[in-house]
Amino acid sequence: MSETEAGTAKVSLVELAWTFNHIALASFGGGLSAWSREVLVVEKEWMGEAEFLSAMTMCRILPGANQVNMAVFAGSKMRGLPGAVAAVFGLCLMPVILIMVAGFFYFRFKEIPAVKGVLHGASAAAVALTLAMVIQTGKKCLTGLMPVLLFAGAFVLNGLVRWPLPVVLAILAPISLFWAWPRERPA
Amino acid sequence: MIHTYLQVAGLFASLSLLSIGGGNAVLPEMHLQAVKGHHWMTDSQFADIFSISQTAPGPSILIVTLVGYGAGLTVGGVPGAIVGGLIATVAMLLPAASLMYAVTLFWKKAQQSKWRIAVEKGFAPLTVGLIMATSLVMSRAADHDWRAYTLTAVCTLIFIRTKANPLLVVFAAGVLGYFGIV
Repeated sequence: MSETEAGTAKVSLVELAWTFNHIALASFGGGLSAWSREVLVVEKEWMGEAEFLSAMTMCRILPGANQVNMAVFAGSKMRGLPGAVAAVFGLCLMPVILIMVAGFFYFRFKEIPAVKGVLHGASAAAVALTLAMVIQTGKKCLTGLMPVLLFAGAFVLNGLVRWPLPVVLAILAPISLFWAWPRERPA
Repeated sequence: MIHTYLQVAGLFASLSLLSIGGGNAVLPEMHLQAVKGHHWMTDSQFADIFSISQTAPGPSILIVTLVGYGAGLTVGGVPGAIVGGLIATVAMLLPAASLMYAVTLFWKKAQQSKWRIAVEKGFAPLTVGLIMATSLVMSRAADHDWRAYTLTAVCTLIFIRTKANPLLVVFAAGVLGYFGIV
């Protein structure tokens, strides 16, 4: 079996739904994209690092929630349309039930059971998981001046200056594509 | 009742394809319609369901489930609210997910194209920068102080230096939060 096929060996629809359910539920306190990488790239090896990262930016450019888009991408990569449906279903089913339970308590009693402190602590670890992802993926792709500049530009404009994502991408995406465009090397 | 459900479906189906960069892009419009336009909920209720949806597991776009829930509640009690929540969720997910699926099909065919090679190589560093921005924004939104920052630093070290199960670490941090230590 060649390497490209290794990642796409038959995965059952139940496993797809279950995997995305696992990603969704692990992400209480946040860190959904870090969890996706942890599960899809590291644990299941359904896609490579570069494929995952570029898919994530595509998921951000296109309308819709990033993680729903990622579920569509991964699901259809593994099993086509049924796979995409299974992945989105798995990602959303339990969270929708949980959020409706929270909504029930909120609209009836004007507060939700004491989970605030738990979430505050969990979110500190979720930020850590996201930072760990930055370090692990950064080691692999920040290998020259241009990648470091693109990385720093995205962080400063989006994170520090808080420019909206479409503006940041309108500036940086063309530069990154121009830099990465495969060119014929003079032999 | 049907009228309200149609309004819910119409609102979110139209916001779905406008939600470029995720649900936050259409939050102001969602707020305007739910509070001022249709009077499904009050201003402070909208703010509260926003923070519920941010901290609950799963995609934060599921705030639409709660907006639909609130809309349904005004016309049909709790059963009506559940139906409203489901309608809002499907209306928000379906259009954008269909577009994503179409793009994915195209992407699979483009296996060897220069576009795909350039996107995979060029977008990687960009994405890592955006993810780092996300972690900064996350910790600001969660109102973290020095204790939470310390916990974040310790957990980061654990994640990159050890093979500890991340879920256990997040759980342990939640326990610390429960006892008010962070």
